[in-house]
Amino acid sequence: MNKPLRRVAIAMMAMVVLLMANATYVQVIKADELRNDQRNSRTLYDEYSRPRGQIIAGGESLANSTETNDNLRFLRNYPGGPAFAPVTGYHSFVYGSNGIERAQNDILNGTDDSLAFTRLSDLVTGREPAGADVELTVNPAMQRTAYEQLTSKGFEGSVVALDPKTGGILAMANAPSYDPNRLAGHSAEQLEQEWNALNSQEGDPMTNRAVSEIYPPGSSFKMITAAAALESGYTPNSPVQAASSITLPNTNTRLPNYNGNNCGSGSTAPLTEALARSCNTAFAEIAGDVGAEKMRETAASFGFGQDLNIPMRVAKSDMGPMEDAAALYQSGIGQRDVRVTPMQNAMMVSAIANGGSLMKPELVKRTVAPDKETIDEMDPQKLEQAVSPEVAGQLRDMMVQSEERTKGSGKIANVEIASKTGTAQHGDAADQPHGWYVAFAPASDPQIALAVIVENGGDEGAEATGGSIAAPIGREVIRAGLQGGR
Amino acid sequence: MSQPVAAAGATSAGSAPAPRATARRGTELFLLIGAAVIVTAALVLVEINQEATLTRQILYYGAAFLGLFGLAHVAVRRWAPHADPLILPLVALINGLGLVVIHRVDLGNAEEAAGSGATFTADNPKQVLWTLVSIILFCLVLGLVKDHRTLAKYAYTCGLTGLVALALPAVLPSMLAPEINGAKIWLRLGPLSIQPGEFAKILLMVFFAAYLVAKRDLFTTAGRRFLGVDFPRPRDLAPLLVAWALSIGIVVLERDLGTSLLFFGILLVMLYIATERAVWVFIGLTLFGVGCAIAYPMFGHVQQRVDGWLNPLESESAYQLQQALFGMATGGIGGTGLGGGRPAIVPFAQSDFVIASFAEELGFVGLAALLMMYLLLMMRGLRSALAVRDSFGKLLGGGLSFAIALQLFVVVGGVTGLIPLTGLTAPFMAYGGSSLLANYMLVALLLRISDAARRPQTPSTPKPKQAPIAEAHTELVERPR
Repeated sequence: MNKPLRRVAIAMMAMVVLLMANATYVQVIKADELRNDQRNSRTLYDEYSRPRGQIIAGGESLANSTETNDNLRFLRNYPGGPAFAPVTGYHSFVYGSNGIERAQNDILNGTDDSLAFTRLSDLVTGREPAGADVELTVNPAMQRTAYEQLTSKGFEGSVVALDPKTGGILAMANAPSYDPNRLAGHSAEQLEQEWNALNSQEGDPMTNRAVSEIYPPGSSFKMITAAAALESGYTPNSPVQAASSITLPNTNTRLPNYNGNNCGSGSTAPLTEALARSCNTAFAEIAGDVGAEKMRETAASFGFGQDLNIPMRVAKSDMGPMEDAAALYQSGIGQRDVRVTPMQNAMMVSAIANGGSLMKPELVKRTVAPDKETIDEMDPQKLEQAVSPEVAGQLRDMMVQSEERTKGSGKIANVEIASKTGTAQHGDAADQPHGWYVAFAPASDPQIALAVIVENGGDEGAEATGGSIAAPIGREVIRAGLQGGR
Repeated sequence: MSQPVAAAGATSAGSAPAPRATARRGTELFLLIGAAVIVTAALVLVEINQEATLTRQILYYGAAFLGLFGLAHVAVRRWAPHADPLILPLVALINGLGLVVIHRVDLGNAEEAAGSGATFTADNPKQVLWTLVSIILFCLVLGLVKDHRTLAKYAYTCGLTGLVALALPAVLPSMLAPEINGAKIWLRLGPLSIQPGEFAKILLMVFFAAYLVAKRDLFTTAGRRFLGVDFPRPRDLAPLLVAWALSIGIVVLERDLGTSLLFFGILLVMLYIATERAVWVFIGLTLFGVGCAIAYPMFGHVQQRVDGWLNPLESESAYQLQQALFGMATGGIGGTGLGGGRPAIVPFAQSDFVIASFAEELGFVGLAALLMMYLLLMMRGLRSALAVRDSFGKLLGGGLSFAIALQLFVVVGGVTGLIPLTGLTAPFMAYGGSSLLANYMLVALLLRISDAARRPQTPSTPKPKQAPIAEAHTELVERPR
């Protein structure tokens, strides 16, 4: 029986060799991939074992860590609560993270390459390694005002405010929102409850409407149509269609003005007046006149189709296929398949406010190492020259006229605002339109450019217009920015 | 093998003047002290990394560990003085490292429980107690079984007892035999739960070995030829096949995939060793393949295991395996250091997944070293089987050694994703009383065989001289009718 025993010995050795080969595969060859897998909670535990950096805006701490005595040593706090959730995001050891917490994770947890030197000096000096702080461009007063304005009336919607000169994001608020503190706890069961509650809550509070939802822009899109017209040889005084309704080319469909009104008294009206009165017939014909190509090109120069990270990803805005003349007419007034993010609409007015120069929106002002040394600072970046300074000036004057005709409360004495409203139908059964307000102020020296959207008519239902529901919010945010901020 | 067989008597190395002593009990003691030092050092590392304090108590733990195995050593000296000197120290080292890892996982679980406010009871004190009981049982087996060949006389008793023990959890009501984690393989005796299957493993091996040796000739010669293979007569094969089929049937019914795999593999290898014919292995593996193909669509838990094995990172049922892989990968080549990882994240980190806990904190290097220790243990067992002079001893020794090898392969292969995960425990390492007790009995038998193999042959009474064949008487042979 010795021969088979020797063979069994060889088989046993082969089995052990096989086990070792497989262990090599797991622990050496595939190790990095497995180690960095999102589901590997060990990396998260490591993160929680050192203090995570703060998120700061306007001198306020929006996210910080306090030491606890359980096995996840540091508890994340969000003093700003739901108002700032769209910018801070959450950081949860079960459900990962989003917002700045996710986008700047390597900085906040101290593993970013730019912190290598700090880590090295920590090692030498024996100091406990810590994450770096992220300072945001957000103006807390504006952010709070935007959130309070939206929620005090129970609206669902979003406000995005930009510094037109730098692209810095001054406010990015959503309603409804959520309290990130609810996802920062250390008990897995409790986290699961909170997570399920937030996900089943009406209105998707965890969706960042400002950058990841796309909406029909309605009449706010007429700024782009007007820009295309001015660049194609129109002047602010060019006579445009003033009829109360027109027939879309090659169809029997009638396209009416709002409430079926004529655009002024004559059969034509100056472009400025058509924009101020937001005449559909005029802008539909203008779009048809300048052509799909020019419309697309102008929209792109205002940021449509851009792949943007602010550093969170921004959904792309799009004009849709515009397959025939009728579609082109409807696209000219921001209907049909045109879809924009609130961020895109804010970018559009910020370009007009900044003499036609579109700046890249950016949320991070600077990053600061634990030793208070600045690691990285925002470098304003020009994305496009959307229109020439002359055309931008003409558009601004037209928007000032538009603001004068816009109803709604909250006008600010001594501050000239340039604005455009939009009331976008989106085909829901109750016909409750989204109300838009895009504006910048002061018109002569723009400090703030913003876009406000209130979904589904706000509290006014089918009667709502951008002017009645969105404009008051926008004006309050501008007021907070010009008086309360800085 | 390589050591010359010398006169009996001398037990400590080097003292005897003339032929060098080969019992090597002194070597064994020396190696046991080494194992105690390594285990104590491992415990020190865990304490430094986890609690950041060291007390003198650790030395007492180390001394107690040495005392415990000193007891086993004395038993070996007393009852198996010629046994292989490497086997006991290897077992002690693996067991000791297991205790350290279980203690380390306890610390992790305690921390977890403190965080969520749950109550927590440590496993390690129980395992220490089990180790103590195991060593007592080890000594008893060595003391009671003076000669392994006596076991062969109780072959059928062993086989029957083994089958009954195996079947008990399946037939008893769940008050006495609770279903735990989907398997009904436990017997509850008051506060204790034992797995009779672990002991049945050894009893059935004794039966298989004795039966195969008794019928060995029939297996190799008699019978009819079919497809180029000589099959034994069905009535010779029957008891073996019945016992085999029953044991596998029972564990499959109890949903104990690992044990059924273990029984199958052990018998196959013992059959091969007894008959020296690889065709049995071939037939067995073919049958195994057919069995798998039939079982796969029938049993949901089999499908889950296979799915988890093929897609450990995606499959929902493979959470444990996934966490184990993450842990081992985080450990990498050098490991996180004892006490520096987070093995407690993996469910059953101290029992079924103790190997993953070990590999996370000691890395690939540590795991490879551990596998080498096991390999050495198995090879020492096989070496005894090779050297022992009786067929029963050879077969039993081969079976026992292979049982360790197969358990190790199924466990480590399962935990590292080489083969589908089945519920077996790493011998001597994993938390669990029955497994520890049974494996200590197994090692006691191996040492007994090893002792027989290495015992210097007493000058036997000269055999009666046989007459040369030419001078032999003719015998009257009855004419076959």
